[in-house]
Amino acid sequence: MKLFNMGDDFVHPYIPNSVPGIKKKMLEEIGASSANELYAEMIPERLLMKRPMDLPDALPGELDLRRHVEELFSGDNTANDYISFLGAGCWQHYVPKVCEIIQSRSEFLTAYAGGSHSDLGRFQAVFEFQSLICELLDMEVSGIPTYDWGAAAGNSVRMASRITERKEILVPRNVSPARLQILENFCGSVSRENAIKITMVEMDQETGRVDIQDLKSKMSDEVACVYFENPNYLGIIEAEAREISDIAHDVDAESVVGVDAISLGVLSSPSSYGADIACGEAQPLGIKMSAGGGSCGFIATRDELSYVAEFPMRLVSMATTAVEGEYGFGQALYERTSYVARENAKDWVGTTTALWGITAAVYMSLLGPQGMRDLGETIIQKSNYTVSLIEEIDGVEVPYRGFFKEFPVKFSKPVKEINESLLGHGIFGGKDITEEYPELGEAALYCVTEMHSLGMIEKLDASLREVLA
Amino acid sequence: MRIREYHAPRWNEQIIHEMTSPGERGFIPPRAEEKIKRRVGSASDLIPSSMRRSKAPDLPELSQAQVLRHYLRLSQMTLGMEMEIDLGIGTCTMKYSPKINEELAGLIGDIHPLQPEETIQGLLEMVYEFGDTYLKEISGMDAFSFQPPGGSAGCYNNALMMRKYHADRGEPERDEVITTIFSHPCDAAVPATAGYKVLTLYPDEMTGLPDTDALKEVVGPRTAGCFITNPEDIGIFNLNIDEWTGIIHDAGGLCSYDQANANAIMGVTRAKEAGFDMLFFNLHKTFGSPHGSSGPGSAAVGVTKELEEYLPSPVIVKKEDGRYSLDYDRPKSIGKVRDFMGNLQVVVRSYAWCMAMGAEGLREAAEVSMINNQYLVKKLKKIRGITLTYPGRRVDQARWSLEQLKRDTGIGITEVNRRVVDYGIQSFFTSHHPWLIPEPFTPEPCETYSKADIDYWCAVLEKVIEEAYTNPELVRTAPHNSSNHRIVFDGFNDPKKWAMSWRAYRRKQDE
Repeated sequence: MKLFNMGDDFVHPYIPNSVPGIKKKMLEEIGASSANELYAEMIPERLLMKRPMDLPDALPGELDLRRHVEELFSGDNTANDYISFLGAGCWQHYVPKVCEIIQSRSEFLTAYAGGSHSDLGRFQAVFEFQSLICELLDMEVSGIPTYDWGAAAGNSVRMASRITERKEILVPRNVSPARLQILENFCGSVSRENAIKITMVEMDQETGRVDIQDLKSKMSDEVACVYFENPNYLGIIEAEAREISDIAHDVDAESVVGVDAISLGVLSSPSSYGADIACGEAQPLGIKMSAGGGSCGFIATRDELSYVAEFPMRLVSMATTAVEGEYGFGQALYERTSYVARENAKDWVGTTTALWGITAAVYMSLLGPQGMRDLGETIIQKSNYTVSLIEEIDGVEVPYRGFFKEFPVKFSKPVKEINESLLGHGIFGGKDITEEYPELGEAALYCVTEMHSLGMIEKLDASLREVLA
Repeated sequence: MRIREYHAPRWNEQIIHEMTSPGERGFIPPRAEEKIKRRVGSASDLIPSSMRRSKAPDLPELSQAQVLRHYLRLSQMTLGMEMEIDLGIGTCTMKYSPKINEELAGLIGDIHPLQPEETIQGLLEMVYEFGDTYLKEISGMDAFSFQPPGGSAGCYNNALMMRKYHADRGEPERDEVITTIFSHPCDAAVPATAGYKVLTLYPDEMTGLPDTDALKEVVGPRTAGCFITNPEDIGIFNLNIDEWTGIIHDAGGLCSYDQANANAIMGVTRAKEAGFDMLFFNLHKTFGSPHGSSGPGSAAVGVTKELEEYLPSPVIVKKEDGRYSLDYDRPKSIGKVRDFMGNLQVVVRSYAWCMAMGAEGLREAAEVSMINNQYLVKKLKKIRGITLTYPGRRVDQARWSLEQLKRDTGIGITEVNRRVVDYGIQSFFTSHHPWLIPEPFTPEPCETYSKADIDYWCAVLEKVIEEAYTNPELVRTAPHNSSNHRIVFDGFNDPKKWAMSWRAYRRKQDE
């Protein structure tokens, strides 16, 4: 095969055996004259491409490639170029340098499916992620993290359905609409009788929290679980979390709670208010947003066989070695996973987000209990301060109290217009949730974290005053 | 050939909880400014009393250097692809991921997925063009989504599209999906999870080739479609793959192509000509993005025109004025399989990788991968104790057996896998389950391994096999030079012994 625009003798830096002499020698040892001759022995002639692919000219030189991509991105901006109040499932938090260093280590970055001896460090790092997230959640079992909060919630409610042998779940309207779409897919099936029915529970319009009366009226012994989020999608802390769990437990249903891990330095652990299955998002724990690519979901439960047997993901367990006192690791109940059980597996698993799990472990180790508390306090003070300023503006209303880092803001003008104007002030306004929650009218979901300095918050206040004047 | 003397770092590192030193701190988060504190008061008062954390999480307390050192040591005790000749992990395409692409992917690190479209036109263009220019040409499919965040998630995405397609056509009675036993386990597990009954076909016993007669026997009015890996996980290309898709289509089903093993067929043969309706590529395998200790990865899902409207939302569209935009208004879409747009940092790496390769480079990568495998086959056939179960040329990899070695010496793949690490070679991928081929291993010498790499890898395997014949005890008790010793633990299936967290371990130690 000729390298058309690269020239016949071009040697690609990523392909050592593209050196013509080496390739020729290897072909000789194989006893073939060309790659085409070999392909003809393994792929039917009618399926072979008869032409070279039609693609843009290659940039095999690193400088050319770098310039090309930088040029392509040259007009783009990041959340660092603006003051961003976007959240809604992906949040800008500070990433400690040590997190970046560990996550970019060749060994962790490029490992995959190696053995438990040769990859001892990978196993231990994932085990430590499990151990640390279990401390935040006050649970005993977790596994290699999954794709995102939505997948974690989807797996969790399926676990609850199997544990209770029931096919209905209750979900309040204040969960993330995107996660609800993911849940709908996880709960669906080819036949109606195999599907898990999702029954929506109203949101209390006064508080933004779960409507307890509506929850009670919909709870029955047909229900596998209630799945609620805390803080919920609108950022509000579910103060009646214990009551919600109790209502589920009264009919032997499970309490499944989704949490933002970074809130757990200051907010109660899910198990302390009755969660049987805790799940949620670890992206805030030292993982950059990467346009949504930083998501990292987790699931945790008590250490009981009835729960452990229902986990979809791989579970790293400590083990002992031939040398006393030495640690080893392996995988618990591996035969349960879809890698072994194929179509008999209860759920599927694949390549998920182990590198983010390792990063989150570093983050939790760096912050410790004090850091997690301090950070939670900072966030909650800054978010409340923001509200205390902007709610005094004419045309602004902040309907709910008792939030963590996010809160809906109702506006007298269309959010679309406001956000366009704010952009001119160097601000990404909150996510427009007017269509998601029509009862709020024109509304946006604002997110304030430790990233927002006093000056940035005051800039928002001043800009909103100007925009709404 | 001289085999290197090797010893892995052995730090005997404690679990991080054991290293705690109360009072130490590794990171000081920003605090609220005094003006803020004065105005809003204490954080505690801002939290509903029922939800205030009463007991601090038992996280370790350590200074920054101690945390860094601990995780650096753990990284050292991990034999990542970049540290060694990782061609033993087949079906995973452990190729070199260019380092420059890490930096390029980092350029989008601080982008929020909901930023105004006008602030991320370059990113949207790149993602759109990666599908529309590269993957379209490589596969022949018409439209792509990168929302699925891993290979199995791509398979899941396709199962959801299949489910919705038949539901929309009023054919819910189509509840059977067909796969082959040498397709990746996700091709069976995922459709089953989506509610399908899965029929698994076994190959011809002599040739290992997928059995077309068996397929004809099982298709019918209940057939929803097929999920097929090709080349299959044993490296054999289904010679009748277009006939298979024809049979499925005639029965009214859809065909999903698992292209996780596409590395040696880029620019050689395509999904379109094989008759598939949808496919997924693993960007973290074929397209040069690193595996990340098992993710984040990305599946590029490609579909024909007919299925385009079922792709997950949003999709990136190119408007008439040349601007790129996110389209959420797609009534037939399966909705979402992952929040936002998936792992776009992986797409950036894969785009950059493809740019560096070009049409000729991609074809060259495929050819060299294939040639490397033929070369490896030739070499491994000369080593005693190893057999290749089926005849016929393999494409990108082959599944080998150590059954003969096991019969001769009592040493099988489990022991060999523990011994090769003493020479700084990663344990091999054995096989997905069930192990139809006994004592299996599946090397995949993709294009970034040199001839010298392959020769060395074979020399290590040959040495270990020699040891199995001459000093089996040495192999049986391995590893000797790894980061820890042979695991002796019978608790992985025992609720009283397993421990998936430090606190569970401690509790069980105390009991």
